Amino acid sequence: MSGSSHIAAEGGAFTDAAADLAQRNPVSPLASAGAVVSDLAPSPGQEDTRETHTVEVDSHTINFGPQHPAAHGVLRLILEMKGEVVERADPHIGLLHRGTEKLIEYKTYLQAMPYMDRLDYVSPMCMEHSFVLAVERLLGIEKDVPERARWIRTLYAELTRIANHLLNITTFALDVGAITPSFWGFEQREAILEFYEAAGGSHYHANYFRAGGVNRDLPPALLDRIAAWARQFLPVVDDLERLLTENRIFKQRTVDIGVMTPEQAIAWGFSGPCLRASGCAWDLRKAQPYDMYDQVEFEVPVGRHGDCYDRYLVRVHEMRQSLRIVEQCLKRIRPGPVRIQDNKITPPPRAEMKRSMEALIHHFKLYTEGYHVPAGATYTATEAPKGEFGVYMVADGTNKPYRCKIRAPGFAHLQAIEALSKGHMLADAVAIIGSLDIVFGEIDR
Amino acid sequence: MGTAAVPPLHALGAAIAATAPAGAIESVEVERGAELVLRVRREALLPVLALLRDDPRFAFEQCMDICGVDWPKRSPRFDVVYNLLSLSLNRRVRVIVGTDEAIPVPSVAGLWPSATWYERETWDMYGIVFEGQTDLRRLLTDYGFEGHPLRKDFPLTGYVEVRYDEERKQVVYEPVKLTQEFRNFDFLSPWEAMTTLPGDEKVHTNREHLAAQARQRLEGPGQ
Repeated sequence: MSGSSHIAAEGGAFTDAAADLAQRNPVSPLASAGAVVSDLAPSPGQEDTRETHTVEVDSHTINFGPQHPAAHGVLRLILEMKGEVVERADPHIGLLHRGTEKLIEYKTYLQAMPYMDRLDYVSPMCMEHSFVLAVERLLGIEKDVPERARWIRTLYAELTRIANHLLNITTFALDVGAITPSFWGFEQREAILEFYEAAGGSHYHANYFRAGGVNRDLPPALLDRIAAWARQFLPVVDDLERLLTENRIFKQRTVDIGVMTPEQAIAWGFSGPCLRASGCAWDLRKAQPYDMYDQVEFEVPVGRHGDCYDRYLVRVHEMRQSLRIVEQCLKRIRPGPVRIQDNKITPPPRAEMKRSMEALIHHFKLYTEGYHVPAGATYTATEAPKGEFGVYMVADGTNKPYRCKIRAPGFAHLQAIEALSKGHMLADAVAIIGSLDIVFGEIDR
Repeated sequence: MGTAAVPPLHALGAAIAATAPAGAIESVEVERGAELVLRVRREALLPVLALLRDDPRFAFEQCMDICGVDWPKRSPRFDVVYNLLSLSLNRRVRVIVGTDEAIPVPSVAGLWPSATWYERETWDMYGIVFEGQTDLRRLLTDYGFEGHPLRKDFPLTGYVEVRYDEERKQVVYEPVKLTQEFRNFDFLSPWEAMTTLPGDEKVHTNREHLAAQARQRLEGPGQ
């Protein structure tokens, strides 16, 4: 249950091996360069009857990152190695800290939206999703959001999940030596990013979701394009699986590496695919459904061993399930309004502004002052591709959030890196980092 | 759990308050009918959280988030907020304790190993000390950073900026220089209307300020 957070120099096989090494080769440069560890050193002037033994330890420290490509961004991982075996792993994070939470406190609710895209920049719309749901709850309008808007948000959240998993699976494969998946996967990812662009106007930082709906309606033929893309996507997943799932090298690098038991995963605050790979059937889309997730059918893939390979498998199967949801969204989406009609929250249409004084005032007030959110607090979480992405928002009745704490799933996952990688080889640490789906935008915030 | 008349979250709150040590829970609130919030006395934090985790009726196995909130005008100044999740019963609860710069909050790293980074972050951002936390290093800010940036009295722009100096061939820290002054607009309307609309609250502060000035004029500065 309790994962060890800090491991002091311990006895056991490791010390014996070091002593053995020192005995056999006392002038070895490795041994003499190592630190001298003596446990229970007697204080001067005091007779110590306990057996004291001094051993030579060959330990060295490796700075993994922040510029290493397998560090998935700007992770600086201090690895204490015993030979090629990881003894301690101490991640130094914050190299991408941009003060998002502080900045949001100085922005109106509308102005704070683009910051969410820049958290987990691999799956931007899922970050927006938590934020808009939190604001909607505080405004008390979550029931009034039009159906079409909720279908669009569900559709795009699932497209985002596929885009995220495509990036993670393929770069993970790249980390352990397979280059072809990334070529195939990124082509599909590009297609999804074009749907982003069609809806939000931008490839990555779409800034598309709004409290009360989405920014604007989808362009006319977009749903047909998404449907055409969805028809060809399943064979691509099959192809990716054919490259990786039974691949001998891939399995050698991932099976039984970085095992998390369900108890450990729960205690370390795991969520999303990393928790499900450990055998916990927990998905916020099922357990605490938001938007249209209670109206679509999908299954929650669950792993059994909690190793890197299971985390990969869970993601692959999640892509298949996401595709099912996308198809259901496409089938059930109907024309209609995409934002709530209250002009205190939603700006009036441009055409109306040309004729109506009131519309002009609404527009001006919304884009300078913004809307005021009643005082209160909420912790709103969604099932982002990486896990539970929560927003703890405190509103004080003004037009700016008083406090907006962002709960990033990767933060909890990265923290467990020592529990995951202790006793593994250095190359396995790379596989573990890849399998955790680390993105520093959301961890450092 | 509870009768049909009592909403489940209220019943849960009442059950927790009845089971917790006497006086440990200061208040139980259900925010907007959807989120259970417990305010807990700081000294009783560990027993209450252990109860919430281990009692099978509550079973909040996961500590999803710990964060601070700064209320500079209030005493004690800070809130530490714990967001717990029960996977088996599919429920959430929020536990809040108050503290200030000096008084430490008991660390929950013994209950959830994931608490370590959250507590380090809260220390980094607010300067809240966690008693029993053996690894209270800064987490997100720069090595050698001074101050606690999420406090409300810490300026948004910070105090120092960092750049690489080509001549000295090293990274240098300098006082922050802004080419344009930071603009923070006051959107609260000063106008008085028939009714106070949302956003017009400033009228009242203005009115109080004027009344205080008038009082001072009448009573004289010697008072």
